Amino acid sequence: MIRYLVKRLALLIPTLFGVVTLVFAMIALSPGDPAQAMLGERANKESVEKLREQLGLDKPLGVQYVNYLKRIAVLDFQNSIKTGQPVIQEIRARFPATIELSIFAMLFAAFFGILIGIVSATHKNTWVDYTSMAGALTGVSMPIFWLGLVLMLIFSIGLNLLPTGGRIDIRMYFTPITGFYVLDSIIYLFKEGNPAYLVSVIKHLILPAVALGTIPLAIIARITRSSMLEVLKQDYIRTARAAGISEHKIIYQYALRNALLPVVTVIGLQFGLLLSGAILTETIFAWPGIGKWIYNAIEARDYPAVQGGIIIIATTFVFINLVVDLLYSVINPKVRLS
Amino acid sequence: MRKVIVVVALLVVAASFTFAGGQAQQPSNTAAMTGPKTGGTLVFGRSGDSVGLDPGRETDGESFYIADNVYETLVAFKPGSTEIIPDLATSWDISSDGLTYTFHLRTGVKFHDGTPFNADAVVYSLGRQFKKDMPAYKNGPWQYWGGMDMDNIVKDVVKVDANTVRITLKKQEVPFIANLAMNFAAIVSPTAAEKWGADFKSHPVGTGPFRFVSWTKDDNIVLERNPDYWGQKAYLDRVIFKVIPDPTARYLSLKKGEVDLIDFPSPQDIPAIKSDPNLKIVQQPGLNVGYLALNVEKKPFDSKLVRQAMNYAINKQEIIDAVYGALGTPAKNPIPPTMWSYNDDIKAYPYDPDMAKKLLAQAGYPNGFATDLWAMPVSRPYNPNAKKVAEIMQAQLAKVGITASIVSYEWGTYLDKTEHGEHQTAMLGWTGDNGDPDNFLFVLLSIPATQIPAQNISFWKNEQFEQLIEKAKVTPNQATRTELYKQAQVIFHEEAPWVPIAHSIVVEPMKKTVEGFVLYPTGKRVFQSVWLDQ
Repeated sequence: MIRYLVKRLALLIPTLFGVVTLVFAMIALSPGDPAQAMLGERANKESVEKLREQLGLDKPLGVQYVNYLKRIAVLDFQNSIKTGQPVIQEIRARFPATIELSIFAMLFAAFFGILIGIVSATHKNTWVDYTSMAGALTGVSMPIFWLGLVLMLIFSIGLNLLPTGGRIDIRMYFTPITGFYVLDSIIYLFKEGNPAYLVSVIKHLILPAVALGTIPLAIIARITRSSMLEVLKQDYIRTARAAGISEHKIIYQYALRNALLPVVTVIGLQFGLLLSGAILTETIFAWPGIGKWIYNAIEARDYPAVQGGIIIIATTFVFINLVVDLLYSVINPKVRLS
Repeated sequence: MRKVIVVVALLVVAASFTFAGGQAQQPSNTAAMTGPKTGGTLVFGRSGDSVGLDPGRETDGESFYIADNVYETLVAFKPGSTEIIPDLATSWDISSDGLTYTFHLRTGVKFHDGTPFNADAVVYSLGRQFKKDMPAYKNGPWQYWGGMDMDNIVKDVVKVDANTVRITLKKQEVPFIANLAMNFAAIVSPTAAEKWGADFKSHPVGTGPFRFVSWTKDDNIVLERNPDYWGQKAYLDRVIFKVIPDPTARYLSLKKGEVDLIDFPSPQDIPAIKSDPNLKIVQQPGLNVGYLALNVEKKPFDSKLVRQAMNYAINKQEIIDAVYGALGTPAKNPIPPTMWSYNDDIKAYPYDPDMAKKLLAQAGYPNGFATDLWAMPVSRPYNPNAKKVAEIMQAQLAKVGITASIVSYEWGTYLDKTEHGEHQTAMLGWTGDNGDPDNFLFVLLSIPATQIPAQNISFWKNEQFEQLIEKAKVTPNQATRTELYKQAQVIFHEEAPWVPIAHSIVVEPMKKTVEGFVLYPTGKRVFQSVWLDQ
């Protein structure tokens, strides 16, 4: 196990090196002069030159690349052109919001996805199965921004149940501690005995988590269903049934664990999708996270911010998949980590 | 039968509009009678976060929204106009050679941190932006100072006594006073700026009617009433600037009542906002212009007749309806209608394809000609979709025999190539800074602006026009300046170096309970006079 872990961690180095190089290439190869584009209508020769110098764009590409690698190696992402703040500080201010949203979206997607998958598999070719799978197909095909606005129209405007956006009722003047609002509001609950923060935070989380989690939910449901059907065909299930073990026990104790293996892989991969879907969800639901921030940075051609943001997200994704691989052995001891 | 239904339906629609209109008026009238009420929190839903809160450093509108309320300047824009009025300076004298401005400062004013406002604060706030020997200079870059060419205008800013400041200029430049009303020239607390250093941009301290409370990045900024304000104190206890990036989500948030006022609604939502009995709209043309520049250095646009023909051949209303919707109004002059000296006597070229053909024939192009038509790749306030505008123009020009081929490049390249005059015709636009006509006419149409990299991308050089705008630059008398700019617009109209397309319209939807909100042409969002009728 330890040896496997070390090996996997060593493998991360070339992966991350690839990511870092790709990010550099993407910006170096994008057309036009970034300094000129950043300054827009007001650009004059002097200011363009100054900015090129400031960004190091006046040096040869090779030198730029080496300087860039040197900086990334010590986690120096430079200062954002737009705000003048260190990029790493900007990311730290927004990353918890995105992680919190992604976790809740994934919890929602995994719980309901697996549940629907199981029900579909055990009721194969009945109306339950057809309805669930038709629902899943709709879920996968739905554009997030559209789904987000529809959810908002129904639950915020129509039924008046949930807020339209943000992380907490701003009139509460909430002071975050860690930046993870669920955690922070629980701390306040224990410190001050006031549940109002937690209630508001959860209410604000529901719609964006559902909007963001719908596509992964649909994918997880479909994978669970087919994987479950596969497992249910196997000999040991037939033997269990012959032994008279209850169907409930067979499914949830014997079949599910095996059926979950491919599902776990998909959940890991879906995290990447969540981080990209977060851009749209964060925009619609006024969620102050990193997705929207990177989008703005791209629009403003704030290259240090774009580089830093993409590298952090890619690194997170790589690490999540490492954790998922390690989870295999927990779910199925037959998988040997060596 | 069908006809009857249609008529009935129309009547119902008409009736509901009349009703809605009637309801719209009543509450505000009764409210106006009771007078402003103090108290309450206003939530302003806006499209993006501030970049920073040091007025000297920032360049974006969202940052200035906070400065508009926390900071003040020596002179200010009169609410709703581009006229200059006293603010932190009660009066100023201009020397006869126009090179020395002496400002008499308001006394008894204190910054939010208790620091007294005086000549030292003025010298510090402006000096840090150009005096390289001041330690605070390194907290820059001071982009707007450079952007407004202040390095070439201002020689020095010195204290005469505690309440008098003298600014000396390198050259005569009357529009300079309007620069002092801009956010970058705001007076900051020297104590606070020194205490925070480069991080002052997260801890703003000014003299304004509101003071800064907190900032949650990309989420909200909270301001509260300054109880020690020297003038009319703000009515609102608090203002929260809340970021809601998506325009439709912003509108829904207003509809649900979570926010009281929103910025930049999506054009599709405006009819719904207008028919909502709980909402109202305040609107005004923006301080910008979108235009099609005709490069007079290239054939056939060297001919005035051809340029006029282009103006007759393009139907602006069709463009507005298709692209701008409720958020644009046709342009006839190079400056927007909210700017002083706007010449409303000028008659816009009507849409008249026959007249266009006649002029083309006179100019020697009876069968038209072929030209390029450059369209920006990005959406700007003055032109939300240049490529679509280009397609409409293309079809309109075809009707008079002009074959236009649309050209577009990546934004940086586009600007670079147009600055070098590679186009025959190119769309571009301008958003004004200081509300002075010079900021449009000199920047975009003067002879010096034709030097490469050019901002005058029609490369039009007119001596008569030049004399007028040069004279206006050094004439302190406002009435004389107005007259000079009006004459300059007449020449522009006759010579037609552009086809002016449109000015954007700034639309601010809000709850009916929000009273006293005034839009500023310069794009400010000032909440000092705003109160809630609830």
